[in-house]
Amino acid sequence: MTYTAWILLTASLVGLSCGIIGVFLILRRMAMMADAISHTVLLGIVTAYLITRELSGVHMLVGAIIAGLLTAVLVQWFHSRGVQQDASIGVVFTTLFAIGVILIATQVGNVHLDVQHALMGEITFLPWNTIHLPVIGDIPKATLMLIVVFLVVLAFIIAFYKEWKITTFDAGLAASLGIPVVLMHYVFMTLVSITTVASFDAVGAIMVVAMLITPAAAAYLWTDRLSVMLVLSGAFGVISAIGGYYLAVWIDTSISGSMAFSTGILFLVSFIFSPNHGLMSRVVKPYTTTE
Amino acid sequence: MSVLAVRDLSASYHKNKVLYDVDFEINQGSLTGIVGPNGAGKSTLLKVMLDLHPKLSGSVVFFGKNLSQTKTRIGYVPQRGSVDWDFPTNALDVVLMGLYGKIGWFKWPSKKDKALAMASLEKMGMADYANRQISQLSGGQQQRVFLARALVQDADLYFMDEPLVGVDAATESAIMETLKQLKENGKTVMVVHHDLLTVEEYFDHVMLLNKTIVKHGRTDETFTKENVQATYGGALRWMKEA
Repeated sequence: MTYTAWILLTASLVGLSCGIIGVFLILRRMAMMADAISHTVLLGIVTAYLITRELSGVHMLVGAIIAGLLTAVLVQWFHSRGVQQDASIGVVFTTLFAIGVILIATQVGNVHLDVQHALMGEITFLPWNTIHLPVIGDIPKATLMLIVVFLVVLAFIIAFYKEWKITTFDAGLAASLGIPVVLMHYVFMTLVSITTVASFDAVGAIMVVAMLITPAAAAYLWTDRLSVMLVLSGAFGVISAIGGYYLAVWIDTSISGSMAFSTGILFLVSFIFSPNHGLMSRVVKPYTTTE
Repeated sequence: MSVLAVRDLSASYHKNKVLYDVDFEINQGSLTGIVGPNGAGKSTLLKVMLDLHPKLSGSVVFFGKNLSQTKTRIGYVPQRGSVDWDFPTNALDVVLMGLYGKIGWFKWPSKKDKALAMASLEKMGMADYANRQISQLSGGQQQRVFLARALVQDADLYFMDEPLVGVDAATESAIMETLKQLKENGKTVMVVHHDLLTVEEYFDHVMLLNKTIVKHGRTDETFTKENVQATYGGALRWMKEA
């Protein structure tokens, strides 16, 4: 595959995984948790590096899962003791992120790991950092990790589709039916963590929030069905990723920045033109009735 | 026959005790209204019994067993305001959720499940709205969908949290008709209720609650001026005087 093809494939996988996870983030009103986890996984990655002295996929994933769950548990713990939910998120993630930043600055030294990279990502270099697999051949490490994470996310969403739906819509009923609502919450936080860390190399901690939230928010405007929203959100993620790449090439700028910008444009278009919620729908169909 | 026995139950919200010394039994086939002022712990009582809110002390026994062994026999209707009605789904789908516990892991709702859900919607007069997005339903219609979801569970013991709040008169009588049918079929129903004027008409048993049980028993014996005033404090004007 060519250099451009690898970048497009990697970016599309980011858009797809983030788009799917983002739907449940939005419907569970947890957009802020995505912001939090996207930052605290840095601490997980740094800690994993300090323990193993390796920056490989598995170590990063494990570190990110632990950091993500730690974030979720701490936020819940403070909240249950009377701290406002949003304040709790704000306190926990900035503190954990700060520890990550301090560790990078003081302990890590001369490795391919710096704050700039963690925040903004650098998809441009990814195709050169490859691993050799039987049958498939050379594949960029980041792409391989994203494929694995995407398949895991997809498997979990499909296998527990109705459980995700009911715990999201009505956690009280779900619990009364014997569905483990709390466990599902932490499984979901784990999925958010691995999606974030896999997307990290490509788009960085800040842009991953855009990829998680904006395509899902746009998809929400177009449909009244959860399954359609999932497909649309994934598609919007891919369109933003590919569109963003060509935009970046065209005006010669940051790829991750252009991708995030594209999600914003898609949202704006949806906000104006969507059939039920859009601004234009009020102007265009004044003669149709909803009843 | 007792289907529910609660002993010495207490619970708190952020260190404020909202329930204490709650002790009662419910007999099969009764239709009980739980009545009390705001903050009396009515909703909390339901949640604590169903393990949706932690209890500080006490025990709850359903059909002589504990909750985990009897979950399929219990139906819960949360307050309408507790869910997001902008959620991307339709009325039939919400009713189907009542069957998710029985369908089990890794399985999708079958045609039979959908037929059951549809029949349940029909009972509540909502068949025409099966494919309607739930945000486009009126408050009364949303509550009917919730009731249909409870019916499809085919439980023996129902807990309903303010099912008559914010609904139109037609929905209110439809819901009460449904509750009476449940009772006639030997089901047991406990309803958090806010309207003192309709207590005597709607419920054969009443539980007067203000953080603890002030009085609980047959409505004709329990729902007296003295007991209601003791529950609400002196502020309440007895409606029969007016």
